[in-house]
Amino acid sequence: MRARGLITAAAVIIAVGLTTSPVRASGDGIELPSQDWSFAGVFGTFDRGELQRGFQVYKEVCSGCHSLNYIAFRNLADLGFNELEVKAIAAGYEVQDGPNKEGEMFNRPGLPADRIPAPFPNDNAARASNGGALPPDLSLMVDARPDGANYLYALLTGYDDAPSGMTVAEGMNYNTYFPGHQVAMPPPLFDDGVEYADGTKATAAQQARDITAFLAWTTEPNMEARKEMGVMAILFLLIMTGLLYLSKRKIWADVH
Amino acid sequence: MAETQDGATRRDFIHVASGTMGAVGAACVAWPLIHQMNPAADTLALASTEFDLSGVEEGMTVTIVWRGKPVFVRHRTAKEIEEAAAVDVNELRDPQADSDRTTKPAMLILVGVCTHLGCVPLGQKATDPRGDWGGWFCPCHGSHYDTSGRIRKGPAPANLQVPPHEYISDTVVRIG
Amino acid sequence: MSGPNFSNSVVRWIDHRLPVFTFMHHEMHEYPTPKNLNYWWNFGSLAGIVLVILIVTGIVLAMHYTPHVDYAFQSVERIMRDVNYGWLIRYIHANGASFFFIVVYIHIFRGMYYGSYKAPRELLWILGVVILLLMMATAFMGYVLPWGQMSFWGATVITNLFSVIPIVGDWIVTLLWGGFSVDNPTLNRFFSLHFLLPFVIVGVVVLHIVALHRFGSNNPLGIDVRGKQDSIPFHPYYTIKDMFGLGVFLTIFAAVVFFLPNAMGHADNYIPANPLVTPAHIVPEWYFLPFYAILRAIPDKLMGVLAMFAAIGVLFILPWLDRSPIRSGTFRPLFKIFFWLLLADCVMLTYLGGKPPEGVYVILSRLGTLYYFFHFLILLPGLSIFETPKPLPRSISQPVLGSGAGPVTAEKENS
Repeated sequence: MRARGLITAAAVIIAVGLTTSPVRASGDGIELPSQDWSFAGVFGTFDRGELQRGFQVYKEVCSGCHSLNYIAFRNLADLGFNELEVKAIAAGYEVQDGPNKEGEMFNRPGLPADRIPAPFPNDNAARASNGGALPPDLSLMVDARPDGANYLYALLTGYDDAPSGMTVAEGMNYNTYFPGHQVAMPPPLFDDGVEYADGTKATAAQQARDITAFLAWTTEPNMEARKEMGVMAILFLLIMTGLLYLSKRKIWADVH
Repeated sequence: MAETQDGATRRDFIHVASGTMGAVGAACVAWPLIHQMNPAADTLALASTEFDLSGVEEGMTVTIVWRGKPVFVRHRTAKEIEEAAAVDVNELRDPQADSDRTTKPAMLILVGVCTHLGCVPLGQKATDPRGDWGGWFCPCHGSHYDTSGRIRKGPAPANLQVPPHEYISDTVVRIG
Repeated sequence: MSGPNFSNSVVRWIDHRLPVFTFMHHEMHEYPTPKNLNYWWNFGSLAGIVLVILIVTGIVLAMHYTPHVDYAFQSVERIMRDVNYGWLIRYIHANGASFFFIVVYIHIFRGMYYGSYKAPRELLWILGVVILLLMMATAFMGYVLPWGQMSFWGATVITNLFSVIPIVGDWIVTLLWGGFSVDNPTLNRFFSLHFLLPFVIVGVVVLHIVALHRFGSNNPLGIDVRGKQDSIPFHPYYTIKDMFGLGVFLTIFAAVVFFLPNAMGHADNYIPANPLVTPAHIVPEWYFLPFYAILRAIPDKLMGVLAMFAAIGVLFILPWLDRSPIRSGTFRPLFKIFFWLLLADCVMLTYLGGKPPEGVYVILSRLGTLYYFFHFLILLPGLSIFETPKPLPRSISQPVLGSGAGPVTAEKENS
């Protein structure tokens, strides 16, 4: 009985710890619509088709402005590409290498060990090409925003006309879900803006879904391993704790 | 205490079971803590390197980096190949025929790390001492290697290692 | 000599020269422990185990981490992505810090409820408060190391607290920074100190245990052990009980590490540090929130900082603020009520610390702060005068003979 009280107390304390974080995080008070994600929940996994389509959206749409600095081509094997496909994808990119014998930097086709090249050589160049706004690196986007997956999807599908009475600054775009509602990024996704190899209809919403799933993967490529190990670990710990409890009762049986 | 035989066995069983679970758990926890010291994924991904040999003329030597270690490439002269091939393999400390150590006889590719205690042998520069057999000489503890990179004299136990390599074109070799 | 007689001759040989086995035997088998300790007494040894987990995972992380502003963030990401099981080790370390505070806070409140700080255990309590302070410093510096936005701005805000010190304040802040803002020298020294302090904590923990073993554990009745019938050897009774408690703890811990690893963190810390842009809502880690709420409750920079430090400082003199000779809250009807009020107050301050400092939150923070100090500085000294305690049981093994029978039987679940 006392143990149960303790567990309740621990649960309350953890709950306080857990709830204070999201509460303080989503300070802008904009409600994000919740989507069903295959990767959510204890047993959630990534949908490979979604990831591959999302990579295509990144490659054909986002990569014009946004880097993906923490992803190497070899990581794409996780999306279900085989070794040859990964090599072919890598070879499709120019990667700067060097210096060579003459001391010059040179370009060569990408190799699986290379990271996906960034669109701009540095932040200043990125700002200069984007009207002063810096397109952030996307690798960690889902963890770097509160309720990241829902936020990204909402942001990508949240472009709208500004409500009457609100003036949107020059070079900015109205977005329902962006903090402050004015975002420098113009609406990036359009129906049939990409053509999916697997025949999925490329609506803007579908693209938003796919790129969000892809970025959830880039944020934490080890998520599936983590959950898998977690289920095993907790089952193991439950059994061990049960046995320890029986041991404890046996040992304490003669204490009065 | 009126402990029955049954009671005693059951008690022991539970203690042994929980002790075993604990030991298994500790082992499961130990593995990640050890394995983290092994090469990480990005390190493993860099385990191969490609090198263009077209500029390496006969008699030239080049040092390239593979896995953070020097790799010696020597474009051997006909005389050096002949010397290496003429040796009676059975006399060697680490018997290996020259033909087993090269993919192309002219191009000798070796990991430039002395098999004794890991120093880098001399012999890559024209002015270096190359030891008594015209190959490489390790200054740390005096090991002599021949023109096939085989140990001939000194404390080293084995020949200079030949890294796994293959030619992906006439002139480009992939090491690793 | 009445020391243990070891059957193994190697053990005997070693023990004759280096009496480690005698020491262990004494601590495990002879060290008398009150037999009525409840599960709240598990949290002391649990805290020790969590400290070991943090040190082990921390040493491992230090093998892969680079304390440089240009590489810190990406070296952490390399740990998460490329190092074998790096993600697991980092999540254990980061969440372990939170759980360390959960365990230690429970341990502290247990000590408060059962009067474990009272004579002759005042120094034991004070060493515990020293450990808490060291933990806070260590946790703060550890949070800086990933060099995300929260790391950077947390470091900026907290180091700026020292600027309130009259005359030398600015000089001290520059000294802490090693520059004119939080920058590479700051990160480097924080890494060095974050590595050092846990071992200092271990040292103080040893002193804490030495002080504990001088008079032994307090117990839920708060009365002294009067003889053999009141105590049992630590091993196997409390070792197995601690192991069971550890199992429960690890299950909860694993649930968070594996399924909510970022729930106690902050999204902004996955954005690399940017010295030119402050995030919209900066808040410390949850375990600092009650103190942060006290800091913000007071609309004066110097007084706010002083109040925050006083909130911990007051714990040092707690043994002399509470003058009641009765240790256990079980026999103090009024104290018991105010104890729960204090706990509720701390939970409320934790909640308020995470809220923006505006409107009703400010008022509640001020009330909460006021109550916190009122409790320690006025209520506790006053209670010892006005409160009529319930009669104490005669001994631990004969609780029924005392008229405090009601609450005592509640503790019998262990036996």
